[in-house]
Amino acid sequence: MTATSRDSWGSRIGVILAVAGSAVGLGNFIRFPGQAAQFGGGAFMIAYAISFLIIGLPIGWAEWTMGRFAGQRGYNSAAGVFHCLVPWRGSKYVGVLGAIIPLVIFMYYVVIEAWALGYTARFVRSLFDPALRFATIEDSQSFYASFVGSRADGAAMRMDPDSLLPWLLIVFVINLILIYRGISAGIEKVCRIGMPVLIVLAVIVLLRVLTLGTPDPAKPDQNVSTGLGYMWNAGKTLVVDREGKVLAEVVDRDPDHQQTRALELAAATPGARVERRGVLAQLADPNLWLTAAGQIFFSLSVGFGVILVYASYMGPKDDLVLSGLAASSTNEFCEVALGGLITLPAGVAFLGLSGVAGQGTFGLGFNVLPMVFSAMPAGSLFGTMFFLVLFIAALTSSLSMLQPGIALLEEALGIGRKGSVGLLGTLTALGTGFVCWFTKDLKALDTLDFWVGTFLIFVLATIQIILFGWVFGIDRGWEELHRGAAVQVPRFFRPVLKYVCPTFLLAIFGMWLLKNVVGWDPVSGRAAGSPYVADLFEKGNPVAWMSVILVLIVGIGLAATIANSKRYDNDPT
Amino acid sequence: MQTSGLLIMITSVSTVTALFAWCIWKVLASPAEEMDHLQPADFHTPDEDLN
Repeated sequence: MTATSRDSWGSRIGVILAVAGSAVGLGNFIRFPGQAAQFGGGAFMIAYAISFLIIGLPIGWAEWTMGRFAGQRGYNSAAGVFHCLVPWRGSKYVGVLGAIIPLVIFMYYVVIEAWALGYTARFVRSLFDPALRFATIEDSQSFYASFVGSRADGAAMRMDPDSLLPWLLIVFVINLILIYRGISAGIEKVCRIGMPVLIVLAVIVLLRVLTLGTPDPAKPDQNVSTGLGYMWNAGKTLVVDREGKVLAEVVDRDPDHQQTRALELAAATPGARVERRGVLAQLADPNLWLTAAGQIFFSLSVGFGVILVYASYMGPKDDLVLSGLAASSTNEFCEVALGGLITLPAGVAFLGLSGVAGQGTFGLGFNVLPMVFSAMPAGSLFGTMFFLVLFIAALTSSLSMLQPGIALLEEALGIGRKGSVGLLGTLTALGTGFVCWFTKDLKALDTLDFWVGTFLIFVLATIQIILFGWVFGIDRGWEELHRGAAVQVPRFFRPVLKYVCPTFLLAIFGMWLLKNVVGWDPVSGRAAGSPYVADLFEKGNPVAWMSVILVLIVGIGLAATIANSKRYDNDPT
Repeated sequence: MQTSGLLIMITSVSTVTALFAWCIWKVLASPAEEMDHLQPADFHTPDEDLN
């Protein structure tokens, strides 16, 4: 038996920034503010904080622990981790999910990363040519549709700086070069530079946004304070129609004035009424919990398989408790303190509440904000900074998505970095090419995001937390988690890890399945149907089917790879 | 923005900022230990060479 040196982290801060870089993505700056504002900051933050404590941190710590445990036994892939932890021959096939998920997500995430780079370049060019700024929201929407190619399949395949293709090629090559350089010289180096730059740039943009005041004195309602109120006020004052559908939301510094304005609006619409939703009423809504838990879950990148793989490269005496806490807190800082204060106040200051309410993640990030930055003083500069922040956040995330696949190929096939990057580069190029071609209504991207970026992540996270608490064992897991730790996890987390977290996660997953797959809303009791299931079984949408087949091909290919590997023939347990 | 919203915002932002700052301080203040580049070892068995 021989021992060879293998890739590993160069420093503790390096691995923390790499995990934080994996977690911090576009969702921190765009998705979180929209979700929080939908339910009112007060109520949402309560559910968000509880979800952070009972699912975010525990699942993260479980992944750090299991990853390092397997890494010490020579396994770096999620399949290897499962093989190492579960005395069952089929466990490695379950672990393959930890490579399928990040690999498929990379195929479409790199496309969104290219959007961020393309928008950065557009704002850089607008520094020298003001005609390139977006004068109206319609301009911005039209540019977005043309850039991403959402009007027709193949529409983004143009070698034009105002199109996706050239930026996608650049982003793809950057990712492959950096991942080829390895853990320490590639991922760690990028994150050690990228994460501080990201935070500094975001703080500069934040200061600009908070000092915007009321940009147009003729529209006194459109100001930063109203934007912050929309995001953070404890309750909601809504104007709803007879069926309870929200027609408008009213935000004002003075509660009495707010009520008066809401009544005026309601009086102007037949059948409309004013509805005040306080914190407790919001907390009684299961959708709030589903949304807050989902946000924590996806924001921290738990259940992706990435933390498992990153932790496997750590040494036996590294502090997993502090590393997990530090990576999570970096993500939360970027999400709450930066994302929570930049996006909506900027949008509301220029477009008012009606301009930002109900916008989806992409609508807010790539329709509303480009127009907002174009309109503000020195907007080209701040627009460049903001989209550069998004690009760095996306780059550090996409890099992390390649490493699980690299680790699996190196481990199962015994090939070096060059071979694994070449193999993975070819596979992801085909997948990314598929997403880049089928851009009409972003169908391919959306379908992959639903079935892999949401459904399979729920599945893997649920399996992992049950594995940690019930198979690996809470006593063994607790001891392994604290090996080398200077910080002790409160004992309160032991029952959380074993009972509360799996139960909460199963409940959330069950609700999500009912609502989004079965198509039945457990809150209202209404059957609304699922557009993703309908795409497959009612409409027979060929792009949706091809997306699912792509996932199956990747899964079968990776499963066949480990099936033929002798690396998993021994019994490491 | 109402007073309640302001309080929620200040509490949330200051909590995550304090936690972030404490963690980074704790990591940077602990003894500068470079990670062991020989860990973990990759165990390679001779039977693998037969494939």
